[in-house]
Amino acid sequence: MTPMTLHSHETWDWLISSPLAGITLTLVAYKLGRLALVRTGGNPFAQPVLIAIVLISAVLLTFDISYDDYVGGASYISFWLGPATVALALPLHHEWERVRRSALPVLLGVLSGTVASVASGVLVTRLFGGSHQLQLTMAPKAATTPVSIAVSGQIGGIPNLTAVLTIIAGITGAVAGPWLLTRIGVRDERARGLALGAASHGIGTSRALHESRSEGAFSGLSMALTALATSLVVPVLLLIL
Amino acid sequence: MLNGVIVLLACQLAGELGVRLTGLEVPGPVVGMLVFLLVLRLRRPSETDALVRAPELLLRHLQLLFVPAGVGVIVYLHQLRVNAVPLAAGLWLSWLFGLAVTGLAVTALLRVRRR
Repeated sequence: MTPMTLHSHETWDWLISSPLAGITLTLVAYKLGRLALVRTGGNPFAQPVLIAIVLISAVLLTFDISYDDYVGGASYISFWLGPATVALALPLHHEWERVRRSALPVLLGVLSGTVASVASGVLVTRLFGGSHQLQLTMAPKAATTPVSIAVSGQIGGIPNLTAVLTIIAGITGAVAGPWLLTRIGVRDERARGLALGAASHGIGTSRALHESRSEGAFSGLSMALTALATSLVVPVLLLIL
Repeated sequence: MLNGVIVLLACQLAGELGVRLTGLEVPGPVVGMLVFLLVLRLRRPSETDALVRAPELLLRHLQLLFVPAGVGVIVYLHQLRVNAVPLAAGLWLSWLFGLAVTGLAVTALLRVRRR
């Protein structure tokens, strides 16, 4: 009888390509991020999404696991981004009367914000020596990930790099958005929510929801309108810029 | 909870099918959100209804759903390093500009209307 040996190589190959590993790693890292947020007494730098990304990246790089292997499982989590976008109708429903009464400022505000961020994204990237492809990759970054990825692909950018820029824009908004808005004198919670959603999509909205339900509702609305406006405005602006 | 999840998925499905059938250049989940808003306006569910609890659960953990795409950063570490200046300047200045323009424009428009 041969002595029992551990099939460590086969087991490792199974583990890194199994959805179970990617999903578990993502949930545990996110849980640690939530704990950090609580432990630091809500320090705005301790955004769970930021902590989770750093932890998971460190694990993948340390064990030499490819992003493709990881995302095979993790995509079961990002799938829920679609239903979560649908779910943003709930705060909108709660605040419906206020939203209806300020429909015009909402539409004009989001449209001007989208034009501002797309145009300045392209121009500033160009000014600092970014290639044409890099400028296109930057253009749709304010829209929420599924949309920014799609638009980036349409216009000839690098979709996955756009996704990364989108996430960084989101985290920036969750960390510094409310503070900056206070600094520039934007105090109305409708204006604050709309600004956070327009510049920082769902991640900004998650911060806005923590500030107040009303701010969250306007932020979610803004994220949806910005996604719409970005897909319409980017191709037009690129003709001019 | 189950009913709420089914309704969310059905609304997204309706949105995705709608934009594909009509060929509209609009994100499917955004149309799904409008469908779900219509459902909520018509049904007016109570706070304990599955129609309220399922979306609340997803919105509470909204940040989690962005983690997998964010980890994509490890594929682009080289790109980010080589193009650090245009990417950082382009990203953060345009983020700041977009945030400020939206916030200030809405504030001004709300004030104009109040007069």
